[in-house]
Amino acid sequence: MSATRTATVNTSRGNALDVARVRADFPALHQQVNGRPLVYLDNAATTQKPQAVLDALLGFYSRDCANVHRGVHALSQRATDAYEGARETVARFLNARPREIVFTRGTTEAINLVAYSYGSRLSPGDEILITELEHHSNIVPWQMLAERTGARLRVAPINDRGEIILEEFQRLLGPRTRIVAVAHVSNALGTVNPVEEICRLAHTYGARVLVDGAQAVPHLAVDVRALDCDFYAFSGHKIYGPTGIGVLFGRWELLEAMPPYQGGGDMIRSVTFEKTLYNDPPYRFEAGTPHIAGAIGLAAAIEYVTRLGLEEIRRHEQQLLQAATRALEEIPGVRIVGTAAHKAAVVSFVLDGVHPHDVATVLDHEGVAVRAGHHCAQPLMERFGLPATTRASFALYNTLEEVDALARAVRRARELFD
Amino acid sequence: MKVALEDLYQQLIMDHGRRPRNFRVLQDATHHLEGYNPLCGDRFTVYLKIADGRVADVSFQGSGCAISTASASLMTEAVKGKTEDEVEKLFEAFHAVVTGKRAPDAASLGKLAAFAGVAAYPVRVKCATLPWHTLKGALAGSKQPVSTE
Repeated sequence: MSATRTATVNTSRGNALDVARVRADFPALHQQVNGRPLVYLDNAATTQKPQAVLDALLGFYSRDCANVHRGVHALSQRATDAYEGARETVARFLNARPREIVFTRGTTEAINLVAYSYGSRLSPGDEILITELEHHSNIVPWQMLAERTGARLRVAPINDRGEIILEEFQRLLGPRTRIVAVAHVSNALGTVNPVEEICRLAHTYGARVLVDGAQAVPHLAVDVRALDCDFYAFSGHKIYGPTGIGVLFGRWELLEAMPPYQGGGDMIRSVTFEKTLYNDPPYRFEAGTPHIAGAIGLAAAIEYVTRLGLEEIRRHEQQLLQAATRALEEIPGVRIVGTAAHKAAVVSFVLDGVHPHDVATVLDHEGVAVRAGHHCAQPLMERFGLPATTRASFALYNTLEEVDALARAVRRARELFD
Repeated sequence: MKVALEDLYQQLIMDHGRRPRNFRVLQDATHHLEGYNPLCGDRFTVYLKIADGRVADVSFQGSGCAISTASASLMTEAVKGKTEDEVEKLFEAFHAVVTGKRAPDAASLGKLAAFAGVAAYPVRVKCATLPWHTLKGALAGSKQPVSTE
């Protein structure tokens, strides 16, 4: 159904993930919380970091620390090589070209960059199409753009399972649609959206598509050419990399024609007080000293998941998803919110008569870390008539035993509030 | 330090969380205000009827977690009949206890001492204090909804 399935790598290998070995790579997992072994199920918020990423950060700061693109000395050369090497790693990971990869602070900044720069050409009456399941970071920048330009923000609805209704989406597309912005995977529900089909439909109207991939890249192989998207954004910290670093992929011919987002050093070719010539992409969009260590750490994270194999990760996480769905459904009073046919390993649920915050406090007491709240998707919560949900989100290092611990803790919450 | 869950979710709190008292709209309210915790979605409206400088009647409506609902319910019981000054002092004492700055003192706090366990859960302090901040805003005649963020 989506490119993410056809584009998977190395299916011939087919090795199951050795989770015990994987867990040994993550120092933070081996601790007690409230006297219990930590069960970390808040991976959609941020993931823990493998030793390889920590080593990359420490290596940069302890050996190669210098600024990039300007020094003639050895350390600056090493820092530049590592930083540009990271760009190449990201490009390979997405099947893009290095010059199409802009480093940002995260998904949010990547989306804002596109809304600000690409969006500056919108005029009154133009339309921006998003969907009902977007994270606030894929709503607010477009609202701001609409306010600035007089463009109109339109919202494609979802069904009760949490899937975009494609017919409705298609109906909202038109010759005035300039930008379509959609999550690849919903952070609150786990729905994997048919992004390839969305791109195809949007392109028939000449609209450009930005895909918010923050929740997708940790879980499935992404090929921006197969998806045929125009922009793809993701964050390093959700794929086992550092916080403060993210990526915007943009089709070269689009980036080339886009005005700068921020002014400063590194994004210029020459400056006089009369006129400044801007640098080419991606540097045009990287004003100031970038997060060099972050980019290097992100590359280490990408190399780490690539080494394990995204198909192996996906298969393992799907096992966890199915087990968690089953275990939670068996508990009286539990209702899972978001039951799409195609989901990543995210389980949002409500427990009858118990507020999600109380559920999360009881779970924390049992060492189980989950998120309770609206997951920065208030319009989506409103769609389901809920103030909040409890969300368990899984990563490659989670185990079936941890699924059991989650279910036990939810039962405990139910007993306590019975 | 591990605190038992039952220290947080005391019987009194569970009871008021499940069956909140004074849970209604006050038709002849002289003051009312909405309070909202955007982080968890707790949302309450507090209604007050002030006569001769005293809380003649008080009620609330809305939805939230067990801690915030129980806090609102027990708050309405605690402030009824009190002067604005006394309400202010009670909130100060309550706030000091739920933030762990003062040991609970049943003599001055009464039933509200049940919330002492909240101090061990810093992220839940806002749940316990949201109704009180809303009450305070209503008393001050504020029209802007109170937000914990």
